[in-house]
Amino acid sequence: MSFMDILALIIPAAIVSAAPLIFTALGGVFSERSGVVNIGLEGLMLFGAFTGAVTIYYGEQFGLAGAAPWVSFVVAMILGALFASIHAVASISLKADQVVSGVAINFLAVGLAIFLTKKIFNAGQTPVISERISKSDIPFLSDIPIIGKLFFSNAYLTSYLAVFVALIVWYVLYKTPFGLRLRSVGEHPMAADTMGINVKKMRYVGVLLSGALAGLGGAVYVASISGNFTHSTITGQGFMALAAMIFGKWHPLGALGAALFFGLAQAISISGAQIPGLQDIPKVFLLIAPYVLTILALAGLVGRADAPKALGTPYEKGKR
Amino acid sequence: MQNNKNKMKFLVPLISVFLGLLIGGIIMLISGYPPIEAYAALFEGIFGESYYRGETIRQMSPLILSGLAVAFAFRTGLFNIGVEGQLLVGWLAAVYVGIFVDAPAIIHIPLAVLAAGVAGALWGSVPGILKARFKVHEVITTIMMNYIALYSTNEIIRNFMLAPGERTENVKESASLASPFLQELTDNSTLHFGIIIAIVAAVIMWFLLWRTTLGYELRAVGFNQHASQYAGINVSKNIVLSMAISGAFAGIAGSMEGLGTYQYMTINAGFTGVGFDGIAVALLGANSAIGVILGAALFGGLKIGALNMQAMAGVPTELVGIVIALIIFFVACSYLVHWLMNRVNRGGKI
Repeated sequence: MSFMDILALIIPAAIVSAAPLIFTALGGVFSERSGVVNIGLEGLMLFGAFTGAVTIYYGEQFGLAGAAPWVSFVVAMILGALFASIHAVASISLKADQVVSGVAINFLAVGLAIFLTKKIFNAGQTPVISERISKSDIPFLSDIPIIGKLFFSNAYLTSYLAVFVALIVWYVLYKTPFGLRLRSVGEHPMAADTMGINVKKMRYVGVLLSGALAGLGGAVYVASISGNFTHSTITGQGFMALAAMIFGKWHPLGALGAALFFGLAQAISISGAQIPGLQDIPKVFLLIAPYVLTILALAGLVGRADAPKALGTPYEKGKR
Repeated sequence: MQNNKNKMKFLVPLISVFLGLLIGGIIMLISGYPPIEAYAALFEGIFGESYYRGETIRQMSPLILSGLAVAFAFRTGLFNIGVEGQLLVGWLAAVYVGIFVDAPAIIHIPLAVLAAGVAGALWGSVPGILKARFKVHEVITTIMMNYIALYSTNEIIRNFMLAPGERTENVKESASLASPFLQELTDNSTLHFGIIIAIVAAVIMWFLLWRTTLGYELRAVGFNQHASQYAGINVSKNIVLSMAISGAFAGIAGSMEGLGTYQYMTINAGFTGVGFDGIAVALLGANSAIGVILGAALFGGLKIGALNMQAMAGVPTELVGIVIALIIFFVACSYLVHWLMNRVNRGGKI
């Protein structure tokens, strides 16, 4: 097997498994940049996956055909934001411990999603959808020699959307007044407040956006990878997205890069057996690689990762 | 004021449990299940027969220990979300000693439990060291360590301890916590001697925290790191120690599964959930030893009762998960209750 063949096997697979992680990690960036810890990404993503699976299934019934997944993305974003609003109210207005509230979100999402699945379908899982996001070659770009074959052939549209959204998030956070305000309430809320920025409002926006993007991540996972929702559809992808966000140093493009890298690790762990040289590496090392790397990154061994200064602390007016 | 504070300590959990069950009932009503019938079946499924009572107590033992693990770290101001991972390595260590060591039960059982505790302590001390040395937040590292534990233990079982059925061999009789006497007493439930270990652990935690210098230092660090440092307490040492002890409780919780309930370890596709439930138990129990036992009794009971609720009233067991999540929320939002009470007490003035 030539080197090119190996790359052609691995890279498209990596891009596919990275897309849901990218969306969710970007959601994490919004929330944590505004100063609210979001351990609940896992739950929000899970609820997005559930919403996506149900919407696509009924979309098919109502004859939406190929549009069903795209409709489901919108629905998952709305419901994701709604679900995240619980976390927002608890951690911003009621000043609950943000980590605890996030843990509760995760519990609630699992319970509610499976409870509703059993209620609606009388089974432990949703029916498998037939309208998936299909693989396609991007016209023109896929004809570029080498790069075209690796990056633009046989891939899901959602993967490119993910990269595109990452660029938008970067632009919004670093090139617009809104982004500056969002980041400022996460770094020094009192200073931001003095400058007339509504700290609570900005944090609400951050958390709701994180819910929308994590919901989208879950729905994309269903539409492109799993095809239905079961209790084992989302098991840790949300936490992996959280890891990607931290490994990417709370930066949208960093999160994008980290998510792609984690996707690569996943792709290799799945198809590593076919690749000469990698067969001998036990799969477990590839499975734990994202987590080990994140810990190393946090310990400053792979570049220093510093969280937003006010992360995790509720803002109280007039408190020093 | 002190009296009032104590009152709140009981009121907040009680109100939270009540609200959690209430909203759970509303959810059932909306989705077309009979709430009163379901809750009746739930309570029947906890207290109705000696079999159910045995199962509830069995379910309590790992929950008490994982709750103690979370609560202990909380006391030092640390949030140990890694109980799940520490539990898995403890489970593996206990089963390993249970299978490969030959000894009379009087030595074998303590040895296996000890191995679980040491394994959990080592796993837990890694985030502790990272926190003390590099100031890395323990929440993230413990989550990451959970996944590392999950995949690593699976790999170890697959390569070194595999028996037919994606699991290890049974532990030797001499390492087993199973008790025919207790099983007979409770109509063939899976109740085992683990509950005794769990309660002893709760007493140890109380003693350690409130009756020793070490406990005083750990709590001082939890209240105010800087003041502790200034008073000459070694903050780094206490952080590592706290995570290690917390991990030891979690590891022993794993031995409950390995030596008691299952007698073996499976290749786990996902987490057991016991570690995460420990967070709920510790929160509800206000991080005190007695509170953890009560919290574990409640959640253990709900989980066992849920089975009967599903059988009798057709309500999916997940409803209990929803109720537990809601309870955590309300406990976490106790600020609301405190704020209201303070407002009332101060005669409407802020």
